[in-house]
Amino acid sequence: MSEHHNHEMHGYYTGDIHNQFVPEHYDPKNRSVIWKTFWILLFITIGEVAIAFTSLSKELLMVIFIVLTIVKAYFIVAFFMHLKHEKLSLAYCILLPFILIVYLIAMSLTEANYLNVWDLIFK
Amino acid sequence: MAAEATLNNENSNSKPWGGGVSPFGISWGKMMMWFFLVSDAFTFSSLIIAYGAYRHRHTQVWPTANDVFTHFPFVHEHLPLAYVGLMTFILIMSSVTMVLAVDAGHRRDNRGVAIWLGLTVIGGFMFVGSQAWEWYNFITGTPKGALITNMGEVYRFPENAPSLHGGAHGHTAIPDWALISPDHKVISDKAEVERIKSISKPIKGANLVNNEYGHPLFADFFFFITGFHGFHVFSGVVINLIIFFNVLSGVYARRGHYEHIEKTGLYWHFVDLVWVFVFTFFYLV
Repeated sequence: MSEHHNHEMHGYYTGDIHNQFVPEHYDPKNRSVIWKTFWILLFITIGEVAIAFTSLSKELLMVIFIVLTIVKAYFIVAFFMHLKHEKLSLAYCILLPFILIVYLIAMSLTEANYLNVWDLIFK
Repeated sequence: MAAEATLNNENSNSKPWGGGVSPFGISWGKMMMWFFLVSDAFTFSSLIIAYGAYRHRHTQVWPTANDVFTHFPFVHEHLPLAYVGLMTFILIMSSVTMVLAVDAGHRRDNRGVAIWLGLTVIGGFMFVGSQAWEWYNFITGTPKGALITNMGEVYRFPENAPSLHGGAHGHTAIPDWALISPDHKVISDKAEVERIKSISKPIKGANLVNNEYGHPLFADFFFFITGFHGFHVFSGVVINLIIFFNVLSGVYARRGHYEHIEKTGLYWHFVDLVWVFVFTFFYLV
């Protein structure tokens, strides 16, 4: 409690009609995090292009590419879009709806594969 | 707690907001940008999932991306993935300059914001230009084109299917006069080649109806998804440009905060994020 009294609250008023107070915590280490994220994204992309020309099986490559894509998405959302340092409640509100997308993927691909096999048998 | 209560009172007495401190700790504007991006991500997801569904539906005759996007400026050899790799690098780089502009905004460094934002706009223009070039090559097609039968099946010439030469597939030399069937098989039987030629007419380039690279749906989804993404990039460049001129004229310096940069920054990173998925599902897998 006393800590809050002594500590001056950093932030700003938005200045628009709502004039909401927005707390602000600036971390000077931010810039090194940005460049680290950049190098990670760059190395993953170069790695993806490099392994595309190896003799690994197509299925294995597909799994690797999709996993690496999700890793890249994590770094962009967490550090570039700063979601890692937002409140957990906000992160849940943004991320949980994508369960529906996973469901849509499963549904659509199941149907498409079924129709593909149907064609092979009956056409 | 005490600090929040004080703010609460202050706000409800004299300021229109009146809601105290946001439970999410961010402004309503930034929150709405996040929720807009969630909805936009759903739109892109639906498009990419539709692409995936049709690709699985026609998996045997789906074109190989490495035989489609092989151009690189000033180079005559087939260079699959090189150009799109460069485009990806440009977009990631412009995402970095954007987040550095946001960082400069937190330090209230007007000059820094202007420089990084200016570089972001340049990166955006470079990406849109690259995409235009990619579209141009896809629409004009290869010099020799391909053959389309009266059944609508596309037979390609071996020179346009570099992925079948050597490499992982281990094919030995494919004769010049051979054809590549829609399901990527080499047809080197002379009589069969003549039969296919007798029922075919030439086709060149890709559009929404025909596609010399194979199944027309590949072209349709390519135009729709990269077009929708390119339109997002273009909008982002325009928004960034407006913000850039605002920074130059000191709008945010007078306002005392650079939250606008954060909001457009979120949008710009989202555009980068979508490209990561387009890159994987159109070019890599």
